[in-house]
Amino acid sequence: MVDLAGQDQVSPSRNRGGRTLLYHVVLCLASIAMLYPLLWMLASSFKPDSDIFGDASLWPRHFSLAAYWRGWSGLQVTFGKFFLNSLVVSLCSVVGNVMSCSLAAYAFARLKFRGQKFWFALMLGTLMLPYHVTLIPQYILFLNLDWVDTFLPLIVPKFLAVDAFFIFLLVQFFRSIPRELDEAAMIDGCGPWRIYWIVILPLSIPALATAAIFTFIWTWDDFFGPLIYLNDMNSYTVQLGLRSFVDSTGKSDWGALFAMSTLTLLPLFVFFLFFQRLLIDGIATTGLKG
Amino acid sequence: MADTLIDAATSRQALPAVRAPETSWRESATGYLFLAPWLIGFFGLTLGPALVSLYLSFTDYDLLSNPRWVGAANYVRIATSDPKFSAAMHVTFLYVALSVPLKLAFALLVAMMLNRGLRGLPLYRAIFYLPSLIGASVAVSVLWRQLFASDGLPNQALKLVGIHGPSWISNPDTALYTLVALAVWQFGSPMIIFLAGLRQIPKDVYEAAEIDGASRSQQFWRITLPLLTPVLFFNVVVQTIDAFKAFTPAFIISGGTGGPIDATLFYTLYLYQEAFAYFRMGYASALAWVLVVIIAAFTALSFLSSRYWVHYDG
Repeated sequence: MVDLAGQDQVSPSRNRGGRTLLYHVVLCLASIAMLYPLLWMLASSFKPDSDIFGDASLWPRHFSLAAYWRGWSGLQVTFGKFFLNSLVVSLCSVVGNVMSCSLAAYAFARLKFRGQKFWFALMLGTLMLPYHVTLIPQYILFLNLDWVDTFLPLIVPKFLAVDAFFIFLLVQFFRSIPRELDEAAMIDGCGPWRIYWIVILPLSIPALATAAIFTFIWTWDDFFGPLIYLNDMNSYTVQLGLRSFVDSTGKSDWGALFAMSTLTLLPLFVFFLFFQRLLIDGIATTGLKG
Repeated sequence: MADTLIDAATSRQALPAVRAPETSWRESATGYLFLAPWLIGFFGLTLGPALVSLYLSFTDYDLLSNPRWVGAANYVRIATSDPKFSAAMHVTFLYVALSVPLKLAFALLVAMMLNRGLRGLPLYRAIFYLPSLIGASVAVSVLWRQLFASDGLPNQALKLVGIHGPSWISNPDTALYTLVALAVWQFGSPMIIFLAGLRQIPKDVYEAAEIDGASRSQQFWRITLPLLTPVLFFNVVVQTIDAFKAFTPAFIISGGTGGPIDATLFYTLYLYQEAFAYFRMGYASALAWVLVVIIAAFTALSFLSSRYWVHYDG
């Protein structure tokens, strides 16, 4: 028990030192417990299959890349194709989300038009709406457009600012930019489009980057969308590829399964290493879910 | 575009005489142009589909023949004679009731430890945050499935002390708890929000309390917790809605079945099966609207109750 524990009977400073040490011990143990499954997966992906069981150590005794080769071409289509597909879908989604959400956010934060408050309230309302209610009609729509087994159902909604959360995020940020900058640009003869393009967007790089990174991570991780819209293995994303791999060989070949799981997590680790500050600030200030 | 023109036209008439109508017409038109992608998405992908699914929920529809109007039959069946629905509700509510409080308790506990100015805070925070960042991916669900299989890590540890552990994920009594553990493992993002909230509490409040002789537990119950209630409220609402919508872990761990014996049949998984395995689109739409009502009711209750326990004037 953190703050509940311990009455200060001894001298406060000694007690504090002891408690700090105790916290470090507890937090270190907790960190190890949290990371152990991930490290176990990583280590197992480099072990020969016979070593995965009965050897829970985190350092492979016999280091081998065989599981990666087996996994990479374990299905009719290689994971290379899945990675390419995921990359295409994720990058297009990032472009779509940043573009459409920043346009809408600019209209809400900076322009004046009739019905503005009404649309803003509706936009906030869509934040609360679970996607399940739009799921089936959207599926019917995309089925009739013959978009099933293409990436369009996954990408086009992003160009139409369906992820209203990012609009909200950007509205908040745009409002913090001083209006004097807009006015100065207006005196210099800039219209709203140029102000959006040369004043607001360049000053909003941190917020746009947050939106871009979270869009990438969520799209990369998305399983439900691809599961519904992609049936042909050639168009699978990594998440679907991994799921097929579990269903086919995965139950017996743990090594290959862990190897491919590790690979699909790799882009997320890269973001984690390079943009951790941005990710954590994004959550702390706006309550974005990790 | 039609909306733009209509709105622009009406705005010209309704305008007070002081402002030049010309400017306002153009301003409104520009506003709607910027908003155009969102408006198309709102009508075409959100409002339209939501209304269509409301209609479909009163029909039988299998994608092949036209929807057949059945009145409230789908809702009646949900309420009275669908054992799978009851199973899904039971599993989902149990999951929400266990995973949300546990996750938030861990998040708060660790945030409070970290808030004491410990050295290495950024490192700890990063380590605890990592699982939330990657938790939604299939790979983590796959890892969990292997972790709690009969040869998994906990059982290898149990073997050392001579216990032969069960396969946690294929036992209907324990399968759901492995999913709860997976959710709790991802306590990082609410922890970050708690940490941000704890930072806002001024230090001198504690100093004053200490001078008045308040014990640590009094400080927690009388200062920390009350001042943290807005953040706690936010976390409860967000995490609960998220837990109701959980899908991927149950799908991967049960191989899409919700088994063993419906022990992991999350509501969304059941909805998915009805819609995309059996193509009962009408019934699945009704299920979706029941989920909306559940989530809306929960959210409304939270907001109504918040005035009794959330302190905004910290």
